Amino acid sequence: MGPLLLHLALLLLFPPLLVGGIGKVKAAFAGRRGAPLLQPYSDLARLLRKGAVYSRTTTWVFRAGPTVSLAATLSAALLVPLVGARAPLGFAGDLVLFAYLLALARFALLAAALDTGSSFEGMGASREAAFSSLAEPALLLVFAAVARVGGAPSFRSLLDPAAAGAWSIAGPPAVFLLAGCLFVLALAENARIPVDDPSTHLELTMIHEAMVLDHSGPDLAFLLYAGALKLFLFGAILGRVLLPSPLGNPVLDGALFGGWMLLFAGLVGTVESTLARLRLDRVPHLLVSACVLASCGLAVLVARGVR
Amino acid sequence: MRSLLDALLVLAVLFDFLLLGIGDLGASIRISAMQAATLAALPLLAREDGSLGHPILLFLGVLAVKVVLIPRLLFRAIRDASIRREMEPLIGYGLSLVLGGGLVLVSFALAARLPFPGPPPSDLLVPAAFSTVLIGLLLLVGRAKALAQVIGWLVVENGIFLFGLAFVHRTPMLVEMGILLDVFAAVFVMGIMLHHIHREFDRLDTRNLTALRDR
Repeated sequence: MGPLLLHLALLLLFPPLLVGGIGKVKAAFAGRRGAPLLQPYSDLARLLRKGAVYSRTTTWVFRAGPTVSLAATLSAALLVPLVGARAPLGFAGDLVLFAYLLALARFALLAAALDTGSSFEGMGASREAAFSSLAEPALLLVFAAVARVGGAPSFRSLLDPAAAGAWSIAGPPAVFLLAGCLFVLALAENARIPVDDPSTHLELTMIHEAMVLDHSGPDLAFLLYAGALKLFLFGAILGRVLLPSPLGNPVLDGALFGGWMLLFAGLVGTVESTLARLRLDRVPHLLVSACVLASCGLAVLVARGVR
Repeated sequence: MRSLLDALLVLAVLFDFLLLGIGDLGASIRISAMQAATLAALPLLAREDGSLGHPILLFLGVLAVKVVLIPRLLFRAIRDASIRREMEPLIGYGLSLVLGGGLVLVSFALAARLPFPGPPPSDLLVPAAFSTVLIGLLLLVGRAKALAQVIGWLVVENGIFLFGLAFVHRTPMLVEMGILLDVFAAVFVMGIMLHHIHREFDRLDTRNLTALRDR
């Protein structure tokens, strides 16, 4: 029971802190003091207190969007091991389920965006669909590599002591290729620079933000929280690939996890502050490169004879 | 030592992909120079016996020719011919990247099948060499501009240098220096050719060379 409660507490409490941390890093780069670290929590609380406004042209699809999206993301979160301990749920094939739960979350959001009938939301939805169809093969290639190392298509294999041995056979090149691919994916899937700018408010250039323009109140809070949670999950998976085996001591593991998440926030913030976003027609090249990185990593694994 | 070697080899292949995905000529020249610099460090790591003299000389030679002289020559060619700085690819960037990924997989398959005289310094060396040569060839056929083709040719040469790395301790110094000199001479000749293409057609598109009639 303890590990489950810890897992849920981490999932429910920390994702907005990650977003706040990234905001702080960006503010530091820009020489500003920035919003308080806990600002995302205040935003969520404010939105939850508000009422929602629904356009008369929308149907239940629009209202279901944020809820389904949040529910799917939360279910996916139950599969990912966070601190040392195993994830609450784990079985052969949960890697694939994870990918498709994220896809379901996205589908609900796309359907809700199309349901509004707004041209900007349709544009955002079409872009999100196009880019995510390129990001998904890369994610599945990384998962294929994880499954190959662990010997089973499950997140559990990431924690297996046998997997640690396989990672050391594969050596740094494979790990860094896969981690590089995952980092690009973390940026692309979570609508961060260089793919999308989370702080832009010009409809013509928006991707993810354009899709959520019409949501308000608790619905918007759900979407913001689901977005933060997704970023948190990608950070956690990336940390697991870089440091596959837990130390065994809960305190040390927790410290390691917290330290990694801080570093992850720093990395994302640095990328966001130092890069400009790519021109829209260059984004597919970035995602194809991510696929290529993952397939090179997989090729190294195969060449080194990891099962 | 071994993992540093591996990391540099992976870096060299990543530079290949950067070249496939980037459209700016100046950036491509810089990247091919960086790739050469990465490869130049490899003989220092790959040596088997204790002798340092030969690898250090090779390191300095490669650095001087491929990292300093050739990029300078190419940048001068860009300036003299006032070339527009984009590639005009015949094969689009996205497709090039996908093809490049396929070529890397082919190289891994090839490397697993080819018998190799003696163990190479790293099992990634031969795949990386094959990938670099094949991606260099892809750059050669996939870009219309003469200067971009020169860069593709330099990448092929980098790949051949990688192959040579497996035999560092067996090849006489003179041969390697001779190869470096050849590369330099070839780029020099290509510089002159670029000048002539530019004077004849006002553009550096090699497709012009296939037309027979006078303009």
